[in-house]
Amino acid sequence: MDFRHVKNYLSWLYYQYQIISCCAVLEPWEQSMFNTILLTIFAMVVYTAYVFIPIHVRLAWEFFSKICGYHSTISS
Amino acid sequence: MANPRGSDVCNGSLHNHKEQRDNLKTENCTKNGIVQEIQQNEESQCHYKPLVESFEEAPLHVMVFTYMGYGVGTLFGYFRDFLRSSGIEKCNAAVEREEQKNFVPLYQNFENFYTRNLYMRIRDNWNRPICSAPGAQFDVLERVSDDYNWTFRFTGRVIKDVINMGSYNFLGLASEYDESMRTVKEVLEEYGTGVASTRQEMGTLDKHKELEDLVAKFLNVEAAMVFGMGFATNSMNIPALVGKGCLILSDELNHASLVLGARLSGATIRVFKHNNMQNLEKLLRDAIVYGQPRIRRAWRKILILVEGIYSMEGSIVNLPQIVALKKKYKAYLYMDEAHSIGAVGPTGRGVVEFFGMDPRDVDVLMGTFTKSFGSSGGYIAGRKDLVDYLRVHSHSAVYATSMSPPVAEQIIRSMKFIMGLDGTTQGLQRVQQLAKNTRYFRQRLNKMGFIIYGNEESPVVPLLLYMPAKVAAFARHLLNRKIAVVVVGFPATPLAEARTRFCVSAAHTQEMLDKVLEALDEMGELLQLKYSRKKNSACPELYDETNFELND
Repeated sequence: MDFRHVKNYLSWLYYQYQIISCCAVLEPWEQSMFNTILLTIFAMVVYTAYVFIPIHVRLAWEFFSKICGYHSTISS
Repeated sequence: MANPRGSDVCNGSLHNHKEQRDNLKTENCTKNGIVQEIQQNEESQCHYKPLVESFEEAPLHVMVFTYMGYGVGTLFGYFRDFLRSSGIEKCNAAVEREEQKNFVPLYQNFENFYTRNLYMRIRDNWNRPICSAPGAQFDVLERVSDDYNWTFRFTGRVIKDVINMGSYNFLGLASEYDESMRTVKEVLEEYGTGVASTRQEMGTLDKHKELEDLVAKFLNVEAAMVFGMGFATNSMNIPALVGKGCLILSDELNHASLVLGARLSGATIRVFKHNNMQNLEKLLRDAIVYGQPRIRRAWRKILILVEGIYSMEGSIVNLPQIVALKKKYKAYLYMDEAHSIGAVGPTGRGVVEFFGMDPRDVDVLMGTFTKSFGSSGGYIAGRKDLVDYLRVHSHSAVYATSMSPPVAEQIIRSMKFIMGLDGTTQGLQRVQQLAKNTRYFRQRLNKMGFIIYGNEESPVVPLLLYMPAKVAAFARHLLNRKIAVVVVGFPATPLAEARTRFCVSAAHTQEMLDKVLEALDEMGELLQLKYSRKKNSACPELYDETNFELND
């Protein structure tokens, strides 16, 4: 029962995406191409985020802590 | 081109008219029992009713998505054009022959880019053939396309009793034959169908004279002249009234027939912002102060071109202020009442009656018989010397075939019906029913949360859709539910403001309107069209007076 609600909601959401991005007026093979390209780009973004964001956060943390540490050594 | 002597006559006669009006200023003119005061120049004290017009802006995310959708469509358009030009895909559009490939190109590929790539995909929502009279309900031929709208074929089935929200049938007079159209049949039997001549040769029938007298009586003016086609009335008569050395001030959203007529005349054209009286006044002052562009002489004539109801916006012209401006700066006014004659005003006599003004204030009253009278053709009405001048000098009178007799009789019978001259009050009841339907429809749509443009009394109701895919989905879904609507996109409207335009009719019953409103409610939920942010308050938008530029 809940599964059917979720499926209806997801198909409504997919229809909204199709309407907004003009996919509804494209031919089926164009729709598949567009969806594939969009999913590929999205997957690449997710992968890049997964690989690089922890490293960037750690480097930024070190950089700012070094500045604060420099301040504290000056003041002491 | 205007005859220079003719324009002097026009100019001179208007002076006489003004002197007569000044003599009459002290008397009160009564018309239909309404006492009118003649205002000369104080536009802020005009006796108009406040215009409740709204042109609400869409939320920002809607505009972003609209442009994004067009961007995706454009990208795919380039991709498909590449496939077509490199031969991978068959090209269905027109191309030149192989032997002419090195000549100057015949088909401008880029100009048709939009048509080929975006319009073609959703083309099945337009040009739908119908097979019955365009009354409140009609029959639509069913057609399908096998190759994504490049070609169509008819399945042979007919979709019956589709509710008609698209035809200009304001008073419900465009219906099948019934007993009240008996006179049309008699005229057809007596006069036949064709006239086989132009007005100036042997094409003026007594039916035309009867019709012209009736139109003059209906509009409460001195004389009128009728023409066979509404578009041709505008485009052929404006060149007869103005010529080189004259100035035309035309509204930004004027119809193509007015624009064509203005361009054909050879006069200088300046455009003022839609219904914006400050802009119009600034242009008038600049025209009078600076004169013609290089020679600095005074303009021979200044003509203001406006429409009664603008068909794409549903807005009504601000007539009292325009008349005040025209009197102050001594310009002429040409008003095209194509959509408003028979549809607004307490007895259906158009925008002039809607504001309670004197029809002698408008110099040239033009209208068509297509929308409210269930017929075809156009008229120009005004003072007798104006109409006599047009009878001689209009291109339409010299070259175009005159109106067919059964068509003229249909207009005569409709006009008598509306005026009550056939002995019943049904005409007046229909006008009131139209006003009631309009108010009800607009009020319900506003409550539901759609963005509606235009004046709250105008029977033309544009509903904004914005995104191109929603336009297509909307029209198709509604046809599946047996409701026919007209959707409009670029280039008839701005790129991001695609809309659907409903024409409310007096022939729509309450059940039909409720059925349509219910379907619109569901469509609004399914396609997420309810963008309005002022859901339940119908607060009138105050006019923005901050760019008032008079500094004296």
